[in-house]
Formats: sequence, structure tokens, C-alpha cells
Amino acid sequence: MKKPDTLPLNKKETLYLSKVNKALWKDKLVKYYLLGNGSLSIVIVVLIFLFLFKEAIPLIQFPGVQELLNADWTPVSFQKESFGLLPLITGSLLVTVLATIIAIPFGIIGAVYISEVANSREREFLKPFIEILAGIPSVVLGFFGLVVVAPLIKNIFGLNSGLTALTGAVLLVFMAIPTIISISEDALKSVPAAYKEASLALGASKLKTIWKVVVPAALSGIVASIMLGMGRVIGETMAVMMVTGNAAMVTLNPFTSVRTMTATIAAEMGEVTYQSPHYSALFWVGIVLLTATFILNMISYKVLKRYGIYENK
Amino acid sequence: MFKTENFINIEDKSYPKVDILKNEKVKIEVRDVNFFYGDVQALFNLNLDIPERKVTALIGPSGCGKSTFLRSLNRMNDIIDGTRVEGKILIEGEDIYNNSTDVVSLRKKVGMIFQKSNPFPKSIFDNIAYGPRIHGIKNKNTLMEIVETCLNRSALWDEVKDRLDKNALGLSGGQQQRLCIARALAIEPEILLMDEPASALDPKSTSRIEDLIAALRKDYTIIIVTHNMQQAARVSDYTAFFYEGHLIEYDKTKKIFTKPTQKQTEDYITGRFG
Repeated sequence: MKKPDTLPLNKKETLYLSKVNKALWKDKLVKYYLLGNGSLSIVIVVLIFLFLFKEAIPLIQFPGVQELLNADWTPVSFQKESFGLLPLITGSLLVTVLATIIAIPFGIIGAVYISEVANSREREFLKPFIEILAGIPSVVLGFFGLVVVAPLIKNIFGLNSGLTALTGAVLLVFMAIPTIISISEDALKSVPAAYKEASLALGASKLKTIWKVVVPAALSGIVASIMLGMGRVIGETMAVMMVTGNAAMVTLNPFTSVRTMTATIAAEMGEVTYQSPHYSALFWVGIVLLTATFILNMISYKVLKRYGIYENK
Repeated sequence: MFKTENFINIEDKSYPKVDILKNEKVKIEVRDVNFFYGDVQALFNLNLDIPERKVTALIGPSGCGKSTFLRSLNRMNDIIDGTRVEGKILIEGEDIYNNSTDVVSLRKKVGMIFQKSNPFPKSIFDNIAYGPRIHGIKNKNTLMEIVETCLNRSALWDEVKDRLDKNALGLSGGQQQRLCIARALAIEPEILLMDEPASALDPKSTSRIEDLIAALRKDYTIIIVTHNMQQAARVSDYTAFFYEGHLIEYDKTKKIFTKPTQKQTEDYITGRFG
């Protein structure tokens, strides 16, 4: 029988209640602690955006935001300084797009091989190497680019200098491939075996089964992996700075030297006069860069999410 | 628990008893087949003949090897690492485990329907057109004809004719299974292997599948694995009872379900074990 509420509590009951209260309170505390931790990254992202804008705003007053649309970037000049972002944006775009185009076939074919064709021994051998590739410091990759890739490209295409957009793109391929392979592989792996069996039972060869059934079923995951790979590539600084020659030009020719947004910030931030227009302009570069990676990540997140729902079916 | 050896002499090569199939044309001959998953033997000395254009049911408790046997008929076990087959399986006199056998054309001849319906995440049309397409048919009109014929045969046409371009995963479980049957028919097989095709379906869908099997039996050689005794009794002409990788008894379905010669068969079909 339940006691009526009005009766006074005895000692034991009071003790019990206080324990329960304490536990509840603790529960709440932990919950808020975790919530705080969870939202920390959001807070940081928002703060970064705010900070970037705060430092970027002075440029709007002088020399004016239309400056950023110029076609040349000559932030230090005795005649006329110019803060056009166009050469930097096309530089980053050229390198990123080139790298992505080269990386897609390698990444997808690599992922297909690892998840569908390789036997378990080959897989155990290959996967650690891909992870090592992902872990190579970009400076080291830059060395490799300077010593090996740049001369190679110079000789193959008969150029005056090997420090081109293409050289940067080739190095970035090495950085994008591990991302593309590992996420694509996950996507391919989660394609139900029943699809493969159905296709094989209809007399399809293994190759046809892979290209007509498995890859299409994993397509959204593959697309997301490419987006994430691009996000990684566009944000990469060091390797690109070392091998692209860093001439700020508006060009879509892969055999010319380009200057990327990341390289510009890294190279110039150390020497710029505090709160000068040049300083503000560099923050604008940062804003453009952050927005680009933000959009790429959002797209891949959306695609992956849709894929995740699909997977649970 | 009883030992298989007590009931039949597994060395007896006189199988199949020709008399049970004497009025039938034999489509598949199985001779001394042993099957291994790595070191584990799953099938022991199987010998049986499967008649053309009849429904043959494979029954037996879980793990008795009936699915393994079924999948060895279109070499679907090949895709599992470490499997090995000894003996001969002849389809129309041709050994399908011969080195020169083309697995693609074998599987074109021997269609398969799986336990869990497994349509591709494509449109209804593309699901059925998949088989003909990979075998080289590109003409849109021809494909459309095939799709319509096959959907008609699997009694699905009226339900889906207005939404052929919709994703097949939007169909109900029973419809999906009939779609899979239509898909298997699209490559014009001669033999249909069905691995518990109705076990995941509700009674109504099950009876539709059974009606379908009854309608298909005049054109196809059908081999169906089932856990459902009533289903085997309803749909099949011949029944083979498997136990622990051995073929215990094989006879006309009527005979198996009325007066089985092996005690084990009787125990199983009366529900005393399994």
C-alpha cells in the first residue's frame, strides 16, 4: 500500500530522498557539462567567423570593399597597392579542381579494389599504407614535390620551371586520396551483399556487378568522400606553397605558377603591418577560404546523412 | 538423437531410384557430390536426378545442407572463399563444375530467387531490365516488352504498370519478392532455384507466391527450399529430405508426406524434430 503524502517522513525516508535529489542534481550537472563540451566546437566556429570579420571590416572603410574584386594582388607597392582576391581564388580553384579530377579515378578505383576485389591479406597490407599516406606531414610532401615532382613535370611538359599549379595539384592528390579511399570504401562496404548476390545470380560478371550495382548503390557516400577530399585540398597550405611558385595571376592554365589563398595568408601574415589595409585583406582571404570549406563540408554532410538514412533501410 | 548411418547406406550408389522418375525427363543429374566449406564437409555423397518442368522441394532442418545444395546448382557458392565441390552436377548432360563451364551462361540458364527479396535500389523497370541489359539487349522497345512479359508472368504487372519508373524499394515485401521473380524470369532461365522464397512474407503474399510457382511449373524446372512442410506438400511434385548433409529420402511429394520409407523423414514431417 502506498502511504498518503501527508504523513511525516521518517529518518530513513528523508535520507533516501536526499540521496535521490543528489543523484538527480549530479545527473543535471553532468548533462550540462557534456552539453558545454558538445557545443564548444560550435562556439569556436562562430568565434572564428566573428574574429575574422572584426579584423576584416576596416578594409570596407579604406580602401573599400570593391578593391577585393580587382584582378591583381599587389599588397605591397610604391605606386598603387591592390588587394584583388581574384588571382588567389582562381589559384586555389585551379589547384583544387585539378587535384580533385586526378584524385577521383585513383580514389574510387582504389576503394573498389580494397573493398570488392582484394583478398583479406592484400587488404591488411594496403590499408595501413593508405593511413600512412594520410599522416605524412605536408612539409615533407612539399620536399618530395620540390625534389621529385617539380623536375618531373618540368621535363615531361618541357617547361621553364616545374613550380606550377599542376605540381601543387599532384601533391594534393596524395592528400586527397586517403580521404576519398577510406570513406568510399566504407560506403562500398555497406552496400548489402544481397545486391551483389542478386546481380551475380543473374549472370553478371564480377566487374559488371561492381560498376552497375555496387558503385551506384554507394554513390552518395562516394560523392561525400570526394567533397571531403576537396575540403582537405582547398585548405592545404604548406605543400602547395612550396611547389606552386606563388605568382599571383588570374589564369586557368595548369602549367603556370599560381598563388593559392592559403599560401598567401601563410606567407604574408608574418610581415604585414598590423591593421593596415593589407592586414584586413588577408582576413578577407581567410573568410573566403573558410566559407568555401564550410560549404564543401556542409554538402558532404548532407549527402552522407541522406546516405546514412538510406543505409538504415 | 540418431545417426544418419543407421537409416541409409550412404555408400549406396544405386541412387537415384529410376522408378520414381520413370515418366519424367531428367534435367539435372547429381552424382557423388561432396561439398566442403574449408575443412567442414556440408554435403555427403549426394545422388539424385531432378525432373524437368516439375517442382522439386528440398526440405530438412536448418543447417542440413539444402541451401548449400541449391546454391551449388548455379555455382553461387563460388563467391564464398574456401568452398570446394567434389563429384559431378550435370545440367542437360553438361558438367557445370567442368573447367570450361562459363559461369555467366550457367547462371543465365539457372535463375535464383533469394530468401529475402533483394531488388536493386533502382526503378522497377531497371530492376527487370538489368539482366537483359548485361546480356547485351539495348533496344528500349525490346526491353519494355521483356519487362511487361515478366511482370505479367509474376502477376505484378497490374499493380505496378503505372509506376515502372519508381524505386523498387517502395514496393511491399510480397511485391518485392514477385519483382525478384520477374527479374529472374527476364534472363529466360530454364531452371529456377528458390531459397525459401516466402519465408519472410505474410500468409496472403505467401499464397500469391505459391500460386505463381504453380503457374510457372509448366515452363520451368523449379527447385524450392522450404521450411514449411505444408508449402512443400502444396507446391511440389517431388520432395527431397536432407539431414546433416545427407539425402535421406527422395520421392514423389505425395509419397513422402503419406508413407515415407525412412523413419527420420517421418519424424521430421510429423514435427517430432527439426
